[in-house]
Amino acid sequence: MRPTAARLLNILVPVKRCVDYAVKIRVNPQQTGIDTNVKHSMNPFDEIAVEEAVRLRERLKDAVKSIKVVTIGPPKSAETLRTALAMGADSGIHVEIPDSAPSPEPLGVARVLEAIVKRQEGGVDLIIMGKQAIDDDLGQTGQMLAAILGASQATCASKLEVDVEKYVANVRTEIDGGAEELVCKLPAVITTDLRLNEPRYASLPNIMKAKKKPIEKLSASELGVDLTPVLETIKVTEPPKRVGGGKVENVDQLVAKLKEAGFTALST
Amino acid sequence: MLSTRLASRRLAVPARRWKHTSSRPPLNSVTADDVAHFAKILPQNAILSTLPPSDLHASDIDQYNNDWMGKYHGNSTTVLRPQNTKQVSDIMKWCHERRIGVVPQGGNTGLVGGSVPILDELIINLGNMSKVRSFDPVSGALVADAGCILESLSEHIAPHNHIMPLDLGAKGSCQIGGNVATNAGGLRLLRYGSLHGTVLGLEVVLPDGTVLDNLTTIRKDNTGYDLKQLFIGAEGTLGIITGVSILTPPAPQASTNVILALPRFENVLPVFKTARLHLSEILSAFEFIDREAYDLAVKHGQGKALNEQDVEGAECFVLLETSGGKKEHDEEKLTGLLETLLEADEPLILTGVLSQSPTQFASMWRLREGITESVSKEGKAYKYDISIPLAAFKEVVDLTREHLRKQGLLHEEAVKQVIGYGHVGDGNLHLNVIAAAYTSEIQAALEPFVYELVASYNGSISAEHGLGAMKAHAIHYSKTGVAVDMMKKIKELFDPRGIMNPGKVLEF
Ligand SMILES: Cc1cc2nc3c(=O)[nH]c(=O)nc-3n(C[C@H](O)[C@H](O)[C@H](O)COP(=O)(O)OP(=O)(O)OC[C@H]3O[C@@H](n4cnc5c(N)ncnc54)[C@H](O)[C@@H]3O)c2cc1C
Repeated sequence: MRPTAARLLNILVPVKRCVDYAVKIRVNPQQTGIDTNVKHSMNPFDEIAVEEAVRLRERLKDAVKSIKVVTIGPPKSAETLRTALAMGADSGIHVEIPDSAPSPEPLGVARVLEAIVKRQEGGVDLIIMGKQAIDDDLGQTGQMLAAILGASQATCASKLEVDVEKYVANVRTEIDGGAEELVCKLPAVITTDLRLNEPRYASLPNIMKAKKKPIEKLSASELGVDLTPVLETIKVTEPPKRVGGGKVENVDQLVAKLKEAGFTALST
Repeated sequence: MLSTRLASRRLAVPARRWKHTSSRPPLNSVTADDVAHFAKILPQNAILSTLPPSDLHASDIDQYNNDWMGKYHGNSTTVLRPQNTKQVSDIMKWCHERRIGVVPQGGNTGLVGGSVPILDELIINLGNMSKVRSFDPVSGALVADAGCILESLSEHIAPHNHIMPLDLGAKGSCQIGGNVATNAGGLRLLRYGSLHGTVLGLEVVLPDGTVLDNLTTIRKDNTGYDLKQLFIGAEGTLGIITGVSILTPPAPQASTNVILALPRFENVLPVFKTARLHLSEILSAFEFIDREAYDLAVKHGQGKALNEQDVEGAECFVLLETSGGKKEHDEEKLTGLLETLLEADEPLILTGVLSQSPTQFASMWRLREGITESVSKEGKAYKYDISIPLAAFKEVVDLTREHLRKQGLLHEEAVKQVIGYGHVGDGNLHLNVIAAAYTSEIQAALEPFVYELVASYNGSISAEHGLGAMKAHAIHYSKTGVAVDMMKKIKELFDPRGIMNPGKVLEF
């Protein structure tokens, strides 16, 4: 990952196709995972990442040379790439895995992304990606990628500004109880939080244009990455059903119930 | 006693409506004795009364006396919340005997003042009758208590892959009984037709307490007069609906929506025609939103707006929904349509957005469904829900606005806005006049002006909201004298004592 000569930014945005946020999740009968025969859409944090890249270009104009989106996933993930292209990205890369393959893990994904970054002519200056995917909620890929690349990292960003001249990113990140202002040397990996922006709708003219934008298809093996999981899923279950409360007639009954449940008065 | 009652009545009603009451059959107010009798029928917690010995205050039953818009106010002392048909029947028997006026009430979301008393009629609220009685996942026949909330019925049948044949902005509060009583149209009518087609049977308690059990689940039944049809849209003036059997369609496997920004209103019709041609059976909604209505929904945070620059200069918007069985098939059709619209020599649309996820799908619907709510947040609404030829939608909004301007009423302190939106597919326009307050001056400027305007297009002064208390006097703008006379005879037959929702639909 090396800076481009004229300091024009090349931005890479990884996106993932997930079960849609509005869908009610159900565990499959074999208890090996969830029912995936439901509506999917782009991971909301990734949508924010794409939006941020497009906004950077709107602000920095020609200083942003390219916005490339990449997804690692089954054939249908191409739709997710099209959505990102319709939002304003220039081109896409689809690292296709078979429908039957297990979902890749953070380390595998980070390695694929590393390989992609290394292949980019002109390098990559900025990677903007979701802080987590809402399906597995692992929240590790960005950090792993930054480490492998030896790049700066700022996670859970709620504000991002890039100073092209100084070749740094000024980032506000969400931390427990407040915010932190970071200055990151580029190249950097920035992961997005909800407050960063509100993604736009893809407009019809842009959806039409997106159909003609190039998508390069690759496989993990072409990139020299082994996606075999290192984690083993033993069982997936639903959280225990919430049991409804009961009503008591008076304080005595309440106290009796509490005692029954093992609560006792504090001895003074 | 009688004179004080009259006096309190006078206070309760605007003078305009009072003059019609001469022929009203004499009705009695609810007394403490009546409440004592109701206590034999219902559990205590199903009776809300401000009559002694109760210590309830009038404000405790405000929510039942006032309508959703805050436009109509009743003065009832007593609200009953029965749990089953037998209780409703026993209550009605008593009211019939005692000649007590009764207002059936569902979710109280009605927009024409039909769901609250004009004077101090007894309110029978169906909210406690909220059980699903049966659902057949093969035929899709759903039988439910009238008090079931529309949205909870949708949720009940969703796991069986069925949807309710109607959908409207008030779905979280309105009840299926209220929907049937108002013959609600809503957002899916284009695709699934009206309740006159989808309701299979009804259970109704007649004004004298008799139960008319017509709760069949069969689709075809040509044995004599189809009595249930009379109660669909009767607005509670012929009986209380206690149970509904309704045919629910299979849930579409793929649905998506599009909002299009149109440079000129004149393009709505060609866009509609083109959409019908390209999409045919998968077109499930086609809604019209004029610029002012759109801006209002955006202002009140109803759904995410389109990009501001993209929609600059758009005179109006349409929301179009497709529902079908196969995503790829539907997308191909939709893409074909969008290409035609965008790539025409003279494009019919400026731009548009296509939902990319269920979340966006919902957000785009909010822009349309949230208008009603935005209007109430903005001010006091005079709502005219009319059927007119599509080509006249804009003209009617413009003429009304101009008329108000000429009367000197178009300014911040009087009428703030005149907006139009509605169901293009059904030729149904919602003309909304948003005022700072309800005043007799604005009222006089609007009526009969709007009704005459509608009549001049041979339209209907009530496309889907009903007549209620608001338009009972205006029925002749859309119905002939012969028709109104027949209606009066039917009312007389079912309700000889005139106790069912008095003053609604037909004047006293
Ligand atoms: C935000 C919003 C959006 C709306 N959108 C639409 C729309 O798109 N299309 C549309 O048609 N309407 C619409 N409406 C109007 C209204 O919601 C519908 O008319 C609805 O069907 C009324 O149902 P409800 O249970 O609230 O009935 P109520 O308001 O309680 O009653 C309406 C009428 O029906 C009678 N009634 C109620 N329940 C019974 C019963 N069980 N037996 C006999 N009579 C009964 C009442 O006496 C009254 O005359 C909307 C309202 C709101 C507030």
